[in-house]
Amino acid sequence: MWRDALLVAGKDLRIERRSRVAVNQILPVALAMLMLFGFALDPDSPVLARATPGLFWVVVLFVTVLAVERSFSLESADGVRDALRLSGLHPGGIFLGKFAALAAQLAALQVVLGFGVVVLFGRDLAGYPLLLATLVAATAGIAAAGTLYGVLAAGLRVRETLLPLLLLPVLAPVLIAATRAFETALDGVPSDGWPWFNLLAVFALIYTGFGILAFGSLLEDS
Amino acid sequence: MTTPHTAASTPPPTDPHAPDPPTTGVAAPAHTGSSATRTLGLVTLAAMALLVFLAFVASPRDQVQGDLVRLLYIHPALAWTAYLACGVATTASIWHLVKKTPGSDVLAHSAVEVGAVLTALTLATGSIWGRPTWGVYWVWDARLTSTALLFLLLLGYLALHRIDAAPEVRSRRAAVVGVLLVPNVVLVHQSVEWWRTLHQDPTLARRDFDFATSDLFMFTLVYSVVVMSLVFTWLLIHRFRVGWLALQAEELWLDTAIEARRAEGAGTTEPAETTRTEPPRSEGGLP
Repeated sequence: MWRDALLVAGKDLRIERRSRVAVNQILPVALAMLMLFGFALDPDSPVLARATPGLFWVVVLFVTVLAVERSFSLESADGVRDALRLSGLHPGGIFLGKFAALAAQLAALQVVLGFGVVVLFGRDLAGYPLLLATLVAATAGIAAAGTLYGVLAAGLRVRETLLPLLLLPVLAPVLIAATRAFETALDGVPSDGWPWFNLLAVFALIYTGFGILAFGSLLEDS
Repeated sequence: MTTPHTAASTPPPTDPHAPDPPTTGVAAPAHTGSSATRTLGLVTLAAMALLVFLAFVASPRDQVQGDLVRLLYIHPALAWTAYLACGVATTASIWHLVKKTPGSDVLAHSAVEVGAVLTALTLATGSIWGRPTWGVYWVWDARLTSTALLFLLLLGYLALHRIDAAPEVRSRRAAVVGVLLVPNVVLVHQSVEWWRTLHQDPTLARRDFDFATSDLFMFTLVYSVVVMSLVFTWLLIHRFRVGWLALQAEELWLDTAIEARRAEGAGTTEPAETTRTEPPRSEGGLP
């Protein structure tokens, strides 16, 4: 299973390295959203700095929708799904591979977004252990749920409109927890934030476990 | 939790594996009632009449809330049945993923559809009650927020169940979403509760009956939950039967279409457009 996961993740990342869709399209969209938030909320008032953690994670959620769509549009070309099924790879491994590739791309996006937030919103970073732990746990949860709901919407004519409807309400707990954890870290009281990290970890574990179990039966149909 | 059993154990009024001659079209009954559900429906109607009497005539006004207290004879009952529907949907979805029976998918879909209506009514009655009582239509309380999220999750399930795909594909994908309904609501509830209690005082006073609780009030409240559960059961059974008939009609249509193609291939005299317009009848007359 782990070897299969590495194979699939390597494949997805190699496609990204050659096509550069995430770098050339998804990342600029994320930066454009940061600019839009700056226009919507007066940059001179303290509102923008106070709302920074929430805005950061809202951008991440919307970008996740794009990244998941991209990740599964790779598999929707002629017969790729059938080929994946016939390849004899472990379905849990395929899930983990897609999950890992998505998580890696999201993490890279978040690092760039973090710089953008510091530069554009003028918020200094603090509480690095909690920030990093939250980043890892939230990214894992978002990528696991995204992969699971991505395959649910994959291959459908209505996938672009169906995926956000399915995914965004599900990610609401991640938004709440990650935002609160970032707030406590930036406010200098990281001890209040660790329960939120635990919630994120539980979310990630639930979705990763369920995804590994359910992915096989979802790949069977197409 | 008797509803899944009643709904699952009452077989649909049609015989599922009848030979169904395609020449006669859909050989299904034109209604979804049976003597048992008609009795249930009459009992439910009578019980609702009594509830209306209790809620509007027999029970007194509240000293604090006045006539607003009468909304509580419907709102908690709606919320209870909405959550019950959610539980039924998740149970049936697990069942579907394990056993892959078409009936469990129809049951889950029926429960979600009825549950979506109940959830919307819960939110609407809650807002109507909240505006005069709390002064606002909405507070970011854990229960309210998770109910609203539940409504969105149910809409997502319904959207996924409408996709243009083979019935097995559709029902399996919907079942995965259905299984995650209850865990999602629990996670949302947990996170909102922590959020509101960790960072600010709960804006909302304890809603648990702190006003004068007369005996009649308590009785009517509990009784309304019973009545609403009956309504839910009746709706669920009928929605299940409609769904079952729809499934059969879909299969029947596919069968007749395949038969028509096959006959067309065997006969090789019929042009294609006649079979396209009337698939059931073109098949019957061929030698």
